[in-house]
Amino acid sequence: MVKVKVKDVEFSYASVPILKAVCIELAESEMLGVVGPNGAGKSTLIRCIDRILRPQKGSILLDERDIKELHLMELAKKMGYIPQSTAQIFPATVFDTVLMGRRPHLGWRSSETDTEKVLEILQMMNIEDLAMRDINELSGGQQQKVFIARALTQEPEVLLLDEPTSNLDIRHQLEVMDIIKNIVWDKRISAIMAIHDLNLASRYADRIVMMSHGTIFSAGDPASALTPENIEYVYGVEVKVSTYDGKPYIVPVRPVRHNGDEKKAKRAHSRVA
Amino acid sequence: MAASTGAINGTEKGAEIKAQYKKFIGRKILFIFFSLIAIFVVAGVSTSLGSANIPVSDTYSAIFHKFAPDYFNPRPFETNHLFNLTEEFEEDLNNGVISDKFKEEFERKKGFSPSTIVKEENDKWMVMDEKREKVYFVKKEETLKVYMAMMPETIITIVWDLRLSRTIMGILAGMGLAIAGTMMQGILRNPLASPFTLGIASSAGFGAVVAICLGAGIVGGKYLIIGNAFLFALIPTFVILGLTRYKRATPETMILAGIALMYIFSALTHLINYFAESEAVKEAYFWMVGSLGRVTWAELVFHLNTGHGTVPLPGPVPVVLICCVIPLIWKSWDVNVMGAGDETAKSLGVSVERTRVFVFVMASLLTAGIVCFTGTIGFVGLVAPHICRIIIGGDNRFLIPASGLFGGAFLLACDIVARTIMAPVILPVGVVTALTGGPFLFSLLTGRRREYW
Repeated sequence: MVKVKVKDVEFSYASVPILKAVCIELAESEMLGVVGPNGAGKSTLIRCIDRILRPQKGSILLDERDIKELHLMELAKKMGYIPQSTAQIFPATVFDTVLMGRRPHLGWRSSETDTEKVLEILQMMNIEDLAMRDINELSGGQQQKVFIARALTQEPEVLLLDEPTSNLDIRHQLEVMDIIKNIVWDKRISAIMAIHDLNLASRYADRIVMMSHGTIFSAGDPASALTPENIEYVYGVEVKVSTYDGKPYIVPVRPVRHNGDEKKAKRAHSRVA
Repeated sequence: MAASTGAINGTEKGAEIKAQYKKFIGRKILFIFFSLIAIFVVAGVSTSLGSANIPVSDTYSAIFHKFAPDYFNPRPFETNHLFNLTEEFEEDLNNGVISDKFKEEFERKKGFSPSTIVKEENDKWMVMDEKREKVYFVKKEETLKVYMAMMPETIITIVWDLRLSRTIMGILAGMGLAIAGTMMQGILRNPLASPFTLGIASSAGFGAVVAICLGAGIVGGKYLIIGNAFLFALIPTFVILGLTRYKRATPETMILAGIALMYIFSALTHLINYFAESEAVKEAYFWMVGSLGRVTWAELVFHLNTGHGTVPLPGPVPVVLICCVIPLIWKSWDVNVMGAGDETAKSLGVSVERTRVFVFVMASLLTAGIVCFTGTIGFVGLVAPHICRIIIGGDNRFLIPASGLFGGAFLLACDIVARTIMAPVILPVGVVTALTGGPFLFSLLTGRRREYW
């Protein structure tokens, strides 16, 4: 069953087009990885889906309802968004930060059930020891876990992640991705994540959407989307793709001609060599 | 087996965190409670001070006398030393009998004929005439000294008619400015924001200067300055509201627009002052520094004539305070969420721009409603939220009442300093708030508990 349907979405910032006729379908309990070079429109697409940005054209359907018709709070009960990073300027404890995820569900007072919910999620994420710490004192990996916990207390049906691993070391990358994967499995929710690391995308995503200049260049399972030809065309990087554990595994070789700048790329490479 | 112990550990840990969180909230409530006590104490001290200092306990009695005259009555007490009596009269005083000589002495010195002597305590007597209109104290120190007495009725009159209005205004102004500051910092996500960040101080100042120097205003009569200051203080609000029709209401746009307005209005103020009479410039200057000296009961209580008598209702300042603070408290959750960033707040269902504009309008209205009566009292709105954040954290649901109460106590305490430090000269309270708040903020900065503190 289709959970989220993105139909012909176009978005531009002050007449600079970012997204052009983007169509995506997300099935229930599916993890979709959106890859593409910087500026391809990955984050913009995710923000459009969560109505943080309003596309100028096209529509986004959640359970076959246009999200434009949903009240903000209604949408917040169904979709959770995990930002790349946020600067919390004023102090907030981890507990209070995660409690914010209950905002769509609660009135002015937080009830005992909200507290229980927060505790449950903190335990599930294995960060209950951080509960009373200030969010700004935490490391990037811990912060990312807190943000995921906040989105989970929303009890969403769809999880949107914008570069969930961008600031993390290799261990935290795997930890965070495992957590997300497990949630998608256990709670049968769907997830869309914008991600830079092609190998992580290949390993964790059920399906890959590769974006280039605001359009979808290729979509499909990791093996069919992450081909050397696609990557070379979209990123301008020559890669070797091998297979490990049934998933494509990408080893970058060198940058190649891209946007008519072949010589420069080659020169840069020969200098490195 | 392992799984079940894990679950037990989990619930134990959960209970522990819950207990910690309850304690955390308890601390916040405790702080609010202490601020309330602080306000009560500072209010008593503030009201007791003046040209005639009244003991603090009698000040409280005088305040509560209006509500429960049976239970609270200030005791009369001695004020100025008048003259000395010779030792021979001690016997009269001890016996409670007024001899002719004693009478004569008082007649000669004060033109007053005493009829009763009441022993107050050891070596202290009250001497009064038949109608209890004239009362003197006699105290045995080295000799017998006669003091002027301040009677309960006088104390009550002084406290209620002359002093309490200033005290209450100090509390309300401190509360309003601190709450406006808390919310401005919250919606602009900027620790430097204050009630005056968006040009409110300079526009209100300009309005007052127009009224003082040019005598021109939108509202005439005795409300000329107040009316002008209030209406001009709202100009930045309307300008920024207009701006958000064309641009998104991000903190950056709003702050930059506020700074632009601040420069425009302070330039206009300087322009008027440049050509104005020096007396008027001085008055305008005094207005801008901010003081509680101009406050009267009219700002605090509105007497409604019903035909059968007057009914006291909240005056303009309390009305503005109530009307603005309740919606601000109502929005405190949303402002909390906005602290995590606009995108996160939107994803949590908060309509960020609308909330930001709404809170901004409320905070501006609150600020305008206060500064038009007091002038621009700086620093309370900046410092009070920071101090409270350091103590109780950033949750606006608790921060609003805490910084409001703390701000009230702080402003009133500054007013006490302003009135006593160079007495009988009364300094403008705005000078003291900045002079005490500034170093305080410095000490916080050097502590560097956080990136900006």
